Amino acid sequence: MSNIFVLVEHRQGELRDITLEMLTKASQLAEKTGGETVALLLGNGVDSHAEKLTGYSDKVLYMDDPLFEDYNSEKYQKALVAFFKEQKPYLVMMGHTAQGVDLAPALAVELKMPFVTDVIDLEYVDDKLQPLRQYYGGKVNAEFSFKGEPPYLVTFREATLEVPEPFKSGKVEKIDSPLKEDIDYRKFLEYIEAEVGDVDITQSEILVAVGRGVKEEKNMAMIEELASAIKADICASRAATDAGWLPHDRQVGTSGKTVKPKLYIAIGISGAFQHLAGMKGAKTIIAINKDPEAPIFAEADYAIIDDLFKVVPKLTEKLQELRG
Amino acid sequence: MNTFVCVKRVPDTSEAEVKVDATEKDVDSSKFSFDINDADNYAVEEAVQIKEAQGGTVQVLCCGPQDADMMIRMALAKGGDSAMRIDDPRINFSDPLQVAKVLAAAIKEQEYDLVLTGCWADDDGFMAVGVALAEELGIPHAAMVKKVEVEDGKVKAHRELEGGISEVVEITLPAVLTIQTGINEPRYAPIRGIRQAQKKELKVLKLDDLGISEEEVSEDSSLIELKRFYIPEVESKAEIIEGEPEEKAEKLAEKMVKGGLI
Ligand SMILES: Cc1cc2nc3c(=O)[nH]c(=O)nc-3n(C[C@H](O)[C@H](O)[C@H](O)COP(=O)(O)OP(=O)(O)OC[C@H]3O[C@@H](n4cnc5c(N)ncnc54)[C@H](O)[C@@H]3O)c2cc1C
Repeated sequence: MSNIFVLVEHRQGELRDITLEMLTKASQLAEKTGGETVALLLGNGVDSHAEKLTGYSDKVLYMDDPLFEDYNSEKYQKALVAFFKEQKPYLVMMGHTAQGVDLAPALAVELKMPFVTDVIDLEYVDDKLQPLRQYYGGKVNAEFSFKGEPPYLVTFREATLEVPEPFKSGKVEKIDSPLKEDIDYRKFLEYIEAEVGDVDITQSEILVAVGRGVKEEKNMAMIEELASAIKADICASRAATDAGWLPHDRQVGTSGKTVKPKLYIAIGISGAFQHLAGMKGAKTIIAINKDPEAPIFAEADYAIIDDLFKVVPKLTEKLQELRG
Repeated sequence: MNTFVCVKRVPDTSEAEVKVDATEKDVDSSKFSFDINDADNYAVEEAVQIKEAQGGTVQVLCCGPQDADMMIRMALAKGGDSAMRIDDPRINFSDPLQVAKVLAAAIKEQEYDLVLTGCWADDDGFMAVGVALAEELGIPHAAMVKKVEVEDGKVKAHRELEGGISEVVEITLPAVLTIQTGINEPRYAPIRGIRQAQKKELKVLKLDDLGISEEEVSEDSSLIELKRFYIPEVESKAEIIEGEPEEKAEKLAEKMVKGGLI
């Protein structure tokens, strides 16, 4: 009852980074609980994933079955329920991802597991786990504790930890899938690839990024002037693409693109973690926001805490002047 | 197609200073402005569009105190037919699984094909209520949905994955879908709709009306406990540019040019 299980996430033949990030955390915790880390992998034709995971986990257990060709919450849930009746982990970790949020809550209800989502850190203090999460767009941290008996369940936030190099040499074991037949009430049909637009922002050297703070589509003219003054491309937070000011292929963040420009100028963007995950690799970050508490400032190199409508036009004017 | 759509009233904290109150388990919300949760607003629009295309009803469901009524009436004005609000101080809002239990009790005995929720709430961001609700109801679900196609007792749901990719899943009805922002263009409530909404039914229920006991949904029976809120220390390495707005702009422009940033 001291083992930490991590549900492996993979898609279209690729292991997703969140798996390795979670195994880093799991390994730190297992040292304290005195247990092992177990990477649990469901898939079809995933020997090579299993092999790779031995570099990150004490044990790799995998079910290799055509029924797991593509992720399906209902099939995963059935298999996991049967599996966790046999195995008794202390903690189960899943990604706070499109997969994890689709699966974990239902599993928690069915198995009556104490459950906290979107965990950014987990401490083990006085023989107890303390999940930490956030409220109000990252402005407040909240410490939780579990009541009741293990197994505990968390979904863990992506890109909170670095993707590690291999740090273990674990054992791998193929196990039988408890799922004996297909289900018909939920079927995977197909993947639809991301839209491709006129500008590939992942290749841009300079990006001007707009958020909800820009308020209205007509204010995009002011942004375009700035961008053209410094030969930048324009990208956006989700709030701005949802509002239709820019097409979806210009969205930066977990559900959009990951960019690494030389310069990223965030204008009227609060800096939600989903956004930061897509841009914190920029070399230099400038943030213009009137809220001194905006989380974007934690990532910024230069900060202007002020009304963007007063700052941006003047900035453009001065840049035009300096650049002749 | 009879649809339930679940809505939550949340504060807009994107520009507000947030302070933890004396209980350390809540924030001082006296200065916040409140409105419908963003993703729920898209869910309401989706429910109304499905009704307009296929007929049927839209019922608005909310778990929360009376100050949510304005928001509920706005959802009715946009095309909802009736509403239910579950108002009971014993409900523990720090545990999404308990909130899901309450919503499930309200829906269980009704006739319905589809339940829509937002995929996340702007305040607590759990992303758990909708999927837990499906499990409580014993029906299939799809989370983070950006496109819905309903046909012959089934729904094709486009689920948003990471990096701009989506997957299409087909699920049989009745089902729960958690709706992602950007799925549609939420309408403004028409004036006539606002007037009509005042006459639509808004039932207020207590736990006892739903046949659930306090033990099932109270803090004491939760399997998790919110210990404390605190304001995280933000370690910023940023150089803060000072002055009047125009001065700041000029100083920044000089840094950009002289610092070789552009
Ligand atoms: C599953 C999921 C995936 C997501 N994926 C992404 C993603 O890939 N990318 C993404 O960006 N988001 C994503 N989000 C949404 C994210 O959580 C935030 O809601 C979003 O990033 C907010 O965008 P914003 O910063 O533009 O708006 P807000 O958070 O509303 O912030 C607006 C900011 O503008 C400032 N402002 C307003 N007026 C002015 C003014 N006059 N002058 C200066 N500043 C001003 C405010 O102080 C505020 O900080 C996702 C959410 C979910 C649930």
